[in-house]
Amino acid sequence: MSTLERKKDPFIRISKRSEGMSAGKAWGIRVIGLILALIVSAIVIFVIVRMNPMDVYASMWKGAFGTTKRSWITVRDTMTLLCIACALAPAFAMRFWNIGAEGQVLVGGIVTAACMIYFPEMPTALLFLVMIVSSLAAGAIWGLIPGFFKAKWGTNETLFTLMMNYIAIQLTAFFVSLWENRPNSRKVGIINQNSKEGWLPNMFSEGYNNDFGWNVLIVLVIATVVFFYLRETKQGYEISVVGDSENTARYAGIRVSRVYVRTMAISGAICGFAGFLAVSGSSHTISTSTSGGQGFTAIIIAWLSRMNTYIMLVFTLLIVFLDKGATQIASEFNLNEYCSEIITGIILFFVLGAEFFVDYRVKFRGSK
Amino acid sequence: MTQLLTLLHSSIVFGTVIMFGALGEIISEKAGNLNLGVPGIMYLGAIAGLCGPYFYELSCAEAGTTPSGAVCILISIVCAFAASALGGLIYSFLTITLRTNQNVTGLTLTIFGGGVANFFGGSLNVFAGGVGQVKATATTAAFTKYSFTLSALGANADGKGIGYLLFQHGFLTYVAVIFAVLIHLFLMKTRTGLNLRAVGENPGTADAAGINVARYKYLATCIGAGISGLGGLYYTMNYIGGTWANDGTIEALGWLAVALVIFATWRSLNALWGAYVFGIFYWMYQYIGVSGRAIELFKMLPYLVTLALLITVSMRRRKEDQPPAHLGLPYFREER
Repeated sequence: MSTLERKKDPFIRISKRSEGMSAGKAWGIRVIGLILALIVSAIVIFVIVRMNPMDVYASMWKGAFGTTKRSWITVRDTMTLLCIACALAPAFAMRFWNIGAEGQVLVGGIVTAACMIYFPEMPTALLFLVMIVSSLAAGAIWGLIPGFFKAKWGTNETLFTLMMNYIAIQLTAFFVSLWENRPNSRKVGIINQNSKEGWLPNMFSEGYNNDFGWNVLIVLVIATVVFFYLRETKQGYEISVVGDSENTARYAGIRVSRVYVRTMAISGAICGFAGFLAVSGSSHTISTSTSGGQGFTAIIIAWLSRMNTYIMLVFTLLIVFLDKGATQIASEFNLNEYCSEIITGIILFFVLGAEFFVDYRVKFRGSK
Repeated sequence: MTQLLTLLHSSIVFGTVIMFGALGEIISEKAGNLNLGVPGIMYLGAIAGLCGPYFYELSCAEAGTTPSGAVCILISIVCAFAASALGGLIYSFLTITLRTNQNVTGLTLTIFGGGVANFFGGSLNVFAGGVGQVKATATTAAFTKYSFTLSALGANADGKGIGYLLFQHGFLTYVAVIFAVLIHLFLMKTRTGLNLRAVGENPGTADAAGINVARYKYLATCIGAGISGLGGLYYTMNYIGGTWANDGTIEALGWLAVALVIFATWRSLNALWGAYVFGIFYWMYQYIGVSGRAIELFKMLPYLVTLALLITVSMRRRKEDQPPAHLGLPYFREER
């Protein structure tokens, strides 16, 4: 007689949704994740400050969109972050982990600042051309190096690009002390404060970042171009084949190493351009915190949006909103601004977790 | 000579911070989890390891008793380990159970951990009356007390001999060394260590051999995170003397710990000396007498060396120097 122990079914069974999910339902799940995240953040806020979370959220709204000026600053920062996220999309579509956006943005920022400092006399149009071209080139070189080594010897790109970040940071620190406005101040200060040479202006009016600016137009164009580049062009197709399987790509006659190098040059160049936006378009100075962790945040955004640049816009807006809002709470309730990072972290954890329920079906014991 | 000793001495202090970080990460990566949350985890360890004893000392002061050094150390280590392991648990739950992407989850953990630590650290500073006012005096004293008295070792009267270099450190410095050796023995000489490596190299085969892949990954990541967190604790207690500064140094050191794992080619014994070498690279500019802006270029050295090593390792393709084969990849039994 067999003494085989009869095992119960496992309590939870997980299977991949083979048929896929309707877009509406998938977004429903993500929104549920977001709401849960906001509830948890509210609890955390309440535990820390003992204040009505609704008041806190209301004052966050005030911080991001309270005045016209604040709204435009929110828009400006959204555009810079979106630009970085768009830059990462081609690399990630190729499953190339470009963790180096931070560094690529910084080198773009360095050359932009250099142009502003050394050529303030140049005609404005020419100056912008030089700034844009050189920031694109600097970012492209910074991205190309890890791409080349990955293509040639399969060097781990995650770790490579991570190291490149810190080299860029030290390089920035070096140039900051080279250009510091007062000896030993370790600050470059506002570049061309009086002449405003090389500052990215509004499109239709005088001034900077208080109306519809060039940065909005340019970044939206980049987002559209990247969207179609990935979806509609031959190169975009090659990228997705390499991302799925290097061997398949090779079998299909795609020159994998060339795709790696080319895509990373594009990715780095757009990051470098974001560095131009950060220096010429927003801060008008350069420091080691010019990219300020945006390179890392953009990675998460690009991944969550599944390389769709329009969905990225939604996520970027959310993140920048949280950031601005938290700064407002910090000054209003006398806290420090790091609570924005806590809330961002919590929200990202939940949205990341929600992806699981989009991709997988969870069955409990007994249910059919 | 004195200068050289000072360089080596500060390299050991510097190295110990990143050694803890790297040792924890080695365990996690050996099980196939590329945890980019190390900076966040070190942040969590640092703040918890400071907050715990701070409030203990505060309550002692109110009660009018003298805080006991042993209790301070115990509270501090338990808090630091628990908080960091909790960070590791968040990461494990998301990547192992909910199957999220490891890189993205790790980066989120870094943002989250940095936020939590700087938020509470900053608030603690305000609470204590200003930047750098947080002090857990008794705890810091307990952590930085020299483990060996120099006179017992017959060192020079000026205290700058070899004795100073080797023995004038807080006890955690030696704990790190012991950990490095123990982790090597664990990974290379025990059955559990072999299983753990198998999970990182080929989880499918490990699963077929009856190893509980998820359990190994969970435990390796959480315990690894706990050890990484001790690096944060060592930083607050021994490196900056028991206070808090929102200057982002821990994050930079955390990434350096990730770099050290590569530099050590995933071997804990290499991490042991590698950490000190990183320390020497980091402080080298003081020894050579570089000043001004060239310092910033010199601080690139650890990263450049790591890059050079990363490239050489990938070019030589020696089997034993490669990352664990399944590093950074998810494992789902159903999708094999």
